[in-house]
Amino acid sequence: MSSTTLTDHPESDHHLHDATENATFGFWLYLMTDCILFASLFATYAVLYQNTASGPGGPEIFDLPYVFGETMFLLVSAFTNGVAMSFVYKKDRQKAVFWLIVTALLGLGFIVMEVNEFIHLIGEGNGPDRSGFLSAFFGLVGTHGAHVSIGLIWMAVMIGQLLIKGVTPKVSSRLIRLSLFWHFLDIVWVCLFTVVYFFGVA
Amino acid sequence: MSANHSHAANHGENPLRSHVIGFAISLALTFFSFGLVMSGVLASSTTLVVVVIAAAMQVFAQFHYFLHLDSSSTQRMNVMVLIYTIVIIAILVGLSLWIMYNTHIRMMPIPMAR
Repeated sequence: MSSTTLTDHPESDHHLHDATENATFGFWLYLMTDCILFASLFATYAVLYQNTASGPGGPEIFDLPYVFGETMFLLVSAFTNGVAMSFVYKKDRQKAVFWLIVTALLGLGFIVMEVNEFIHLIGEGNGPDRSGFLSAFFGLVGTHGAHVSIGLIWMAVMIGQLLIKGVTPKVSSRLIRLSLFWHFLDIVWVCLFTVVYFFGVA
Repeated sequence: MSANHSHAANHGENPLRSHVIGFAISLALTFFSFGLVMSGVLASSTTLVVVVIAAAMQVFAQFHYFLHLDSSSTQRMNVMVLIYTIVIIAILVGLSLWIMYNTHIRMMPIPMAR
């Protein structure tokens, strides 16, 4: 009896069990194609990061303590999402909703910090049109931010479904996929802060 | 995992336990990487090698403890697709960089303005 994120099926109905398994595998395939999308953007950044067109480079515009703050928001939200899922498996609606709201607020904190960073850069004339380096930077970090934003909308919808429908097999099945998506975004962020910010500064 | 409501997490492996382990490892590696880069104690090339290894460890830890990917039979298809994706990414990123850096080196420096 191993409780796993990828293979856990809280429902007893056999048909729904298979449906959840297929849907989760299908969603996993989507995540793997998304990995390839991010890999292309990472490759673009690695090719362009020294092409600053006499504009600012990484050391001038990257603020590592700020990025550390963003990282903490996302990492802690991945953990609280796991806590929420443990209450979904126990069919404890109130606690699941509470921890999902905590997760969503932490995710929102991450997005607010990122948008603030972007506005700050564009305000100083260092927008994506400044150089190849900044185009690649905004392209990669912005794509990740767009994913997190979509994840937040999805999370809001699932909190609504939990409140209205309760922990039904279908709702749990959707929550499993949301959880996969959220963890995937945290994994992409680990690669992102290493490649973008560390290589940009060091 | 079907109908055993509140007992679900008390039997066998607690899903939360694995999450706490994964979270602790990720937290430690994140602090370590940021600390190393911000303090600048090592030469920048050494620092980059170390933080890449730390990132790889953290990605592995998150796949293992958060997503519970392992070599068990129920996970076989998921892991196979992941390995296939890693091969594609290695080809895509590795060859792109190889080609672009070689092109860059072979280009004659062009005087920008005279």
